[in-house]
Amino acid sequence: MMDAFHLTDLQKDILKEIGNIGAGNAATSLSQLLGQKIDMMVPNVEIADFNEVIELVGGPEQPIVGLMFQVEGEMTGVMAIVFDMREAEYLVQKITYNNQSRLSEQTEGADLDIAMSALSEIGNILTGSYLTALSDFTGMNLQPSVPHLGMDMAGAIMTMGLLEISQVTDYAIIIDTEIRQEEESHENINGNFLFIPDPSSFQKLFAKLGWN
Amino acid sequence: MSITKTIVNVGIADTKTVQTPANIRTLGLGSCVGTVLYDEKRQIAGLSHILLPDSSQAKTSNFNPMKYADTAIPQLLEMLQVKGARNIKAKMAGGAQMFQTGKGTSFMRIGDKNIEAVQEALRKSNIRIVSSDVGGNVGRTIEFDPSTSMLSIRKRNHDIYTI
Repeated sequence: MMDAFHLTDLQKDILKEIGNIGAGNAATSLSQLLGQKIDMMVPNVEIADFNEVIELVGGPEQPIVGLMFQVEGEMTGVMAIVFDMREAEYLVQKITYNNQSRLSEQTEGADLDIAMSALSEIGNILTGSYLTALSDFTGMNLQPSVPHLGMDMAGAIMTMGLLEISQVTDYAIIIDTEIRQEEESHENINGNFLFIPDPSSFQKLFAKLGWN
Repeated sequence: MSITKTIVNVGIADTKTVQTPANIRTLGLGSCVGTVLYDEKRQIAGLSHILLPDSSQAKTSNFNPMKYADTAIPQLLEMLQVKGARNIKAKMAGGAQMFQTGKGTSFMRIGDKNIEAVQEALRKSNIRIVSSDVGGNVGRTIEFDPSTSMLSIRKRNHDIYTI
């Protein structure tokens, strides 16, 4: 049979705290970047098979913008930041100070290049914030790779982030944290941070934090 | 009168079979490859959605064989033969390179490796590839109709077409 992970309630709480600390710091960075208040939801820790991972971000055909980073250092894994097309367009408009910027599946050429580079930069900042907070909390040295950005069906994008762990297992432990803009405002940012540590990283993490 | 067709969904690292009047499909293929094996005359078909090329790279002994090209294709073939399929042919799609970055990482060329591994597995089983739509850098949803032996493909920014 396949390896099923088991997490105790305490371990789950530790992983939720990881999401809180990391995504909390990332939400603060995004808030500063946009000059708007960004809220963070309570992190969700899921043990999911690959199909369920894709359901978490809207299902296999959902058009998404996905930014993917390999996490390197004492703990390894993948960080995925997922926005839907409209949210990604809004971020591009804010970052480029251009309300006319459009981002859709039809966008191409220079417009697409500008959008991709703006989104990659946002990804760098957010992932950097997430991992810095995590490094401080755990005392582990963690660095992100360069961003890998894709704009396509969620199934096509998200499987890229699962390739590494799929060599070992058919399940991923996912720390999913959603960020949202305040409801009263007109614009709406709603993104997901999915931190998918490699299976071998969990023992290291729990040991480092003094819970075995 | 409208007839609602049953559509069987195949997930990642999964394999299923159908018979007319049902269709079979898999959604959001990126670097993964979807392979349809079918018996045109008996209208039996199976679809495999592989994620990785080579099961010898598996880091566990009890891996899911449907995840790897080299193990999934022979198993799908056997499943179809058990159902009475003969004179089996193949159509395949997927194997895109989803990220333009990623030199020296597992992201690099995984789509190409998956395509090559499926082609190799089909060659070993003496199955002819009738048509394929592979590579590129966009995701695909594919659906096969065993009554017509046509594989329809949907990509973003594209009308549906069949191969």
